[in-house]
Amino acid sequence: MAKHIDLNVNGKTRAVEAEPDMPLLYALRDNLEMKEPRFGCGLAQCGACTVLLNGVPTRSCVTPVGSVGAKKITTIAGIGTVDKPHKIQAAFLEEQVPQCGFCLNGWMLTSVALLDNNPRPSDAQIRDALSGLKCRCGTHMSILRAVKRAAQA
Amino acid sequence: MTMPMNRREFLAGAGALTIAVLLPGVTREAYAAGVQDSRLGLKPDQLSSYISINQDGSVIGWTGKVDMSQGTEIGWLKMIAEELDIAPERVSIVQGHTEQTVDQGGASGSTGIWFGGIALRNAAAEARLVLLEMAAAKFGVSIDQLTVNHGVIGVNSDAGGKKVSYGELIGGKHFDVQLVWNKEYGNELKVEGRAKVKSPSQYKIVGKSGVRRRDIAPKVFGTAENMNDVKLPGMLHGRMIRPPVAGAVPVAVDESSVKNIPGVKVVWQKDFIGLVAAKQWDAIRAARQLKVTWSDVKPPFPEQKDIYNHIRAGKSMKRDEDVKANGDAEAAFAGAAHVFEASYEWPFQSHASMAPACGVADMRDGEATVWTGGQKPHFCREGIAKMFNMPQDKVKVLFMTGPGSYGRNDSGDATMDAAVLSKAVGKPVRVQGMRHDGTQWDPKAPASVHVSRAAIDKDGKVIGWNFESKGFSRREFHRDEGSPERTMAGQLMGWPLKPIWILGVPAESYSFAKRKTSDTIAPLVERASPLRTSHMRDPGGPQIHFASESFMDELALATNMDAVDFRLKYLSNPRDIAVVKTAAEKAGWQPHVGARKQLRGDVYVGQGIAYAVRGGTRVAVIAEVEVNKNTHRVWVKRYVVAHDCGLVIAPDLARQALEAQILQTTSRALFEEVKFNNKAVTSVDWQTYPILDMKDAPEAIDITLMDRPDIAPSGVGEGTCRPLPAAVANAIFDATGVRLRQAPFTPERLKAGWV
Repeated sequence: MAKHIDLNVNGKTRAVEAEPDMPLLYALRDNLEMKEPRFGCGLAQCGACTVLLNGVPTRSCVTPVGSVGAKKITTIAGIGTVDKPHKIQAAFLEEQVPQCGFCLNGWMLTSVALLDNNPRPSDAQIRDALSGLKCRCGTHMSILRAVKRAAQA
Repeated sequence: MTMPMNRREFLAGAGALTIAVLLPGVTREAYAAGVQDSRLGLKPDQLSSYISINQDGSVIGWTGKVDMSQGTEIGWLKMIAEELDIAPERVSIVQGHTEQTVDQGGASGSTGIWFGGIALRNAAAEARLVLLEMAAAKFGVSIDQLTVNHGVIGVNSDAGGKKVSYGELIGGKHFDVQLVWNKEYGNELKVEGRAKVKSPSQYKIVGKSGVRRRDIAPKVFGTAENMNDVKLPGMLHGRMIRPPVAGAVPVAVDESSVKNIPGVKVVWQKDFIGLVAAKQWDAIRAARQLKVTWSDVKPPFPEQKDIYNHIRAGKSMKRDEDVKANGDAEAAFAGAAHVFEASYEWPFQSHASMAPACGVADMRDGEATVWTGGQKPHFCREGIAKMFNMPQDKVKVLFMTGPGSYGRNDSGDATMDAAVLSKAVGKPVRVQGMRHDGTQWDPKAPASVHVSRAAIDKDGKVIGWNFESKGFSRREFHRDEGSPERTMAGQLMGWPLKPIWILGVPAESYSFAKRKTSDTIAPLVERASPLRTSHMRDPGGPQIHFASESFMDELALATNMDAVDFRLKYLSNPRDIAVVKTAAEKAGWQPHVGARKQLRGDVYVGQGIAYAVRGGTRVAVIAEVEVNKNTHRVWVKRYVVAHDCGLVIAPDLARQALEAQILQTTSRALFEEVKFNNKAVTSVDWQTYPILDMKDAPEAIDITLMDRPDIAPSGVGEGTCRPLPAAVANAIFDATGVRLRQAPFTPERLKAGWV
């Protein structure tokens, strides 16, 4: 049965009517018509659907919408704006990272969390933190440059 | 500081937002700039079909090719800006819209710049000439008394005086100028005008770096509208139902099995079965829950371990034979002192795009509007028109960036599925696959076997080469969706099949006498197979050149030569020789014969080279690998690449596109193999079809773009796919002494061959 669920998305309270076991991804994309989290696998294997839940990178494709509660959901549109870009956004733009761009949520939001916890990561720490995410276009070298750039910002 | 750049780049890419409420994907900057499309009927021999000038003097280039997010768009607008003497920032591109661009074949064979860019360049040069003629008439001077500065035409002798801008001359109106058209559509389309194009020595924009891509800021700020974001009023969500055994067809459907889910409608036509629901989550649940009885078919596939024997024993549907080059190879074998032979195997690989494909279609009222992430929107229009027996002018196809596309992936299938469902239910329908639709059910790159033999004379000189490819077609059903039988839906609806038998042979300039053959075998399942084959990035190239260039390394050893020296001795084309030499110099190649097996700590290190030609592009790749002696993991620590594609339009974007191509091909060489049993494909997700991880990314990639401004540009998009796997295999041999003749180069294979 569909239920009324309040979500805290990018600092605003948004109401959705949804079955609590429906993944958060569909609440964001279909109920709230947001474009940034993307369906890549539905199996938590790729990262395309990543959002931050209270700052922790989380796969929205396997997170039941009913389990989110009052946790703060942040998408890549919520970390910064064109006028006030997050340093990860500025670095990904500067390094011209994406090709198709479907994978960006995972790389960018995992990098945000990495730099929050470890502002000056080594190359090995960056690779380790980003391991498991997928990019089919093969933009890994640009991603590495961008995260290093952001770490130096 | 990057802030103003952010805003400008963001706005440059944001035109789609303002128009999205009308029609997703509609020509962005063009509409944002206020241009309505009143061009002269989109004729391929009309200048206005390629170039138009807005009232503010900004320029629109219109192309029937599409940029698959590798920056081709920037190449086009730089070529236009160069010829028109206007800043690149004032040029925008409309691409892949069937009503607004001429059929130029879409993204295909790395011809975006090679063919598409040249057409735009020629049209822009003609536009400049026409504008100069208009200004000359206006000022009563001759053309050679005029100069152009940033889209403003002035009289040479009159520095402070007469000036007129492109916008004032023609802005908002359209050129009525005939071009010479070669009467071809698609990739082959060529146009030129009376105008002479600039010579490379005059270039100020082309060949320089620094113009940034316009699609990046919206992606990074989360506002990009892509294929999977298309939403229409009243749109339903569709999902396809695929059988558990390849080739099985539905014989009964129990619709009551989904009656607890609201609004589900099953669409079953011939062997096509899918469903729609108002909400996507309901469609997903219903597709999982729907009870379908499938026909009993005997297991259609060999077991995976037998696939190469199946290919070897398979009946050849067609043999292609390369003309005899450099003399008589058969005679060379008859006179040989030794014959050296080796055989190489490459598995089926999946496009496995970042997300499964999405297609949206609105088939109401005798018209079709279709959104596709596929590379060839004009072919998509043809296929839809034919499937539904509609005139082509009632079908409108809009290209939107999808989840990455490197060939004929599953996009073309999703688009046709959406059209069938929309037609059946009378509402707009969006189809998106689940992960298994993108990995298990996408069309595959073919598995193949390659047997290579060389004749060596008594002095150790190679005098003859025989190369045999045998495998599945590199495209069983054509490279596009221009006819229904080229799609899953068309095959399931019983359209007559027109299979294409083509695999391929190496492209190189070795000087020994050679004979090359290519045999294609029939598919394992005739229709709607999860192992049906289609073009995937450099179709056939990685597998064929893995074989030929691994073999050249083996021949170097067999004739007691260094691998670089061997290539330099036998290559005949100076450009080929130059890329091999350059790569060797840049890599600090240390000549050696055979495997060095250098152990550094826990890893064996080695270097390997390979080279190949694709179209006009030639590439040499040197891979430097580390192979862990305990885990047998291969890491390519560094690549050195020498790349000659003639004139380079945008060096910065070419380098970045090459890097990504190198990573993707590394993934194919080291990790990718579609798994199957005798009933079905068992690679269904990223666990069962692993690809390259961030930990596998090289430490460095060193690319040299050969300086060839006077040679017409050929493609950047696929040439490096060719030699790369062999360069890695050759480096693995140098490091370990293990000669891998079967891809991918997994720890298991290395362990099995460990010496």
